[in-house]
Amino acid sequence: MADTHAYRSGELEQEAELADTRQRWLLSLPAVVIIMLFAAGPLLVMVVYSFLTPGDFGNVKWEFSLDGWKNTLVQRDIFDDTLMWADAHLSIFWRSFSLSVITTVLTLIFGLPTAWFIATQPPGRREIWLFLVTVPFWSNLLVRTIAIQELIRNEGVINLVLLKIGIITEPIQMMFTDFAIAFGMTYVYLPLMVLPIYAAIEKLDFRLVEAAHDLYASRMAAFWQVILPLIKPGIIAGSILVFIPSLGAYVTPRVLGGGKNLMFGNLIELQFGAGRNWPLGAALSLMLMAAVMVALIYYVRVTSREKADG
Amino acid sequence: MIEIENATKTFGSGDAAFTALSDVSVTIANNEFFTLLGPSGCGKTTLLRLIAGFEPPTMGAIKLDGKDITRLPPNQRPVNTVFQSYALFPHMSVAQNIAFGLQMQGKSKSEVAATVDEMLRLVRMEPMRDRRTSEISGGQQQRVALARALAPHPEVLLLDEPLSALDLKLRKEMQIELKRLQHETGITFVFVTHDQEEALTMSDRVAVMSAGKILQIGRPRDIYESPAERFVANFIGESNFLNATLSGETVTLAAGGDYAVKRPDGVHDGTVSVLVRPEHIGLSANGSGLPATIENVVYSGEATVAHLALSSGEEIKARFSNAPNGDGALPGKGTHVSLALAPGAITVLRD
Repeated sequence: MADTHAYRSGELEQEAELADTRQRWLLSLPAVVIIMLFAAGPLLVMVVYSFLTPGDFGNVKWEFSLDGWKNTLVQRDIFDDTLMWADAHLSIFWRSFSLSVITTVLTLIFGLPTAWFIATQPPGRREIWLFLVTVPFWSNLLVRTIAIQELIRNEGVINLVLLKIGIITEPIQMMFTDFAIAFGMTYVYLPLMVLPIYAAIEKLDFRLVEAAHDLYASRMAAFWQVILPLIKPGIIAGSILVFIPSLGAYVTPRVLGGGKNLMFGNLIELQFGAGRNWPLGAALSLMLMAAVMVALIYYVRVTSREKADG
Repeated sequence: MIEIENATKTFGSGDAAFTALSDVSVTIANNEFFTLLGPSGCGKTTLLRLIAGFEPPTMGAIKLDGKDITRLPPNQRPVNTVFQSYALFPHMSVAQNIAFGLQMQGKSKSEVAATVDEMLRLVRMEPMRDRRTSEISGGQQQRVALARALAPHPEVLLLDEPLSALDLKLRKEMQIELKRLQHETGITFVFVTHDQEEALTMSDRVAVMSAGKILQIGRPRDIYESPAERFVANFIGESNFLNATLSGETVTLAAGGDYAVKRPDGVHDGTVSVLVRPEHIGLSANGSGLPATIENVVYSGEATVAHLALSSGEEIKARFSNAPNGDGALPGKGTHVSLALAPGAITVLRD
């Protein structure tokens, strides 16, 4: 009698659990549908398109072809039909990568002291500084980029001032150079570096810095041996947050780099526009995604190792 | 030898200014266990931070072995600190924490390794050498903090309430341990605490501080038995304060009776406060001492405390060690007794 009762209640519990699971699935259904439709769906389209043949006026022809993928790295010579490295693509990959690294390093150089300054302000004032750091996000990226153009173009503020005080006799060509792109991206992505580093410094126990000084560490030694290792997770997070969008940046290189200094994003755009090679564009997009994934996996591994250690 | 000369430390400015230390002078001898004792906010930690070099004094000078170190940054002083929070580096192992100071001093690898081993042995933490500091207990962290500060063999070790986070039993163990370490290393210890018992047990000399000033410096026995001021007497141990009249070397208690006393400097004849420690009072059923009435009797294990009313209306506590089998138990409430005060039991206080 008692046994059946226990059995019954166990069954009831199981049933309740099942209902619970069912309800949870039901609740998450809208999110699942949205993710499938708007994230996985387009991705699938891209994968499929990358294996098709380009149509004559854009679009694709439903014929299987590996040319989209091949053309990311190699191209056929128009005269003798031999295969050769697609130098134009390779130099664009390299520029994207190196400009992203440079942007990351520059935002780190400018962002770390900024974050330090904000984190060491009295608590009430930190809010104001953080607010100021995020203000640029409120206006359109294109508008901000054009504002930078106003600063660095030949008749822009910087050149005018330098000419006026006689440091230079001819304006320095800054627009449409890699410098302009790095400068613009550093400006645009700086807050993404400052915020995570700020969060790390704010959590830093400054008594540890005192302890380091007490144990004969100079300011430099205390920074390298104690402060840096402790805020490293913030630095890595900031670097990833800057590096990833830099790699795929589109607006900034377009406005500040002109037509010559293309980056990955511009190359992709070209395939869907004037280039009329959608399969190549799709393949390039997937390559970019893969590069971003590699960076993210690296980040996750480093931080999880950190957590396991700490 | 540490000499602190007229050190004053003010935080903030204008109306918000707060004087944490005012005109403090003290000399600490080599290999001394010197304790700064006082309630929180009395300036003892500020004084410690001045010696460590974390803060410069607003006025005054600090000398180490005759050399002025007032403006020397902490990393150039042969002084190490055991922090109240321990401040162990969380990204390093136990051994790496202990090695840190030695590495910063530029010691050779073999020397660092040898000293780290020696320190681990000294604080009995050898099995924990490769643990993270988050993986060891509070008491063990305490030992690591101690080993880390001792490893570079400083001339002075500063300890900022290092035992306050430990439970009572562990605290007692560490008190003995600290004494042992101080003896073995021959390093001058400057110890900050608000625990009077800890101060009396461990120290060679104690400085009692209040409101940014040192009130009295002396051996534990001096501080306990001959406190100079009411604050010191009250802060350390249990006290009875009685009104009396001083005339030469004799006081007359308000409750009656003349007693010979040592007359402290700067106290004039007239009304004074005197201190009587509860354990320095004898009791007899019908003696010739001060007449008193038992108001209450409280048993507390090792001792029994009697609350007594004197003829002057003043209340006084007397403390008696308990004998086995309840021998010599105190008479009950309302009994008339007389109090015997041993010679020297009465201390005249400067108010």
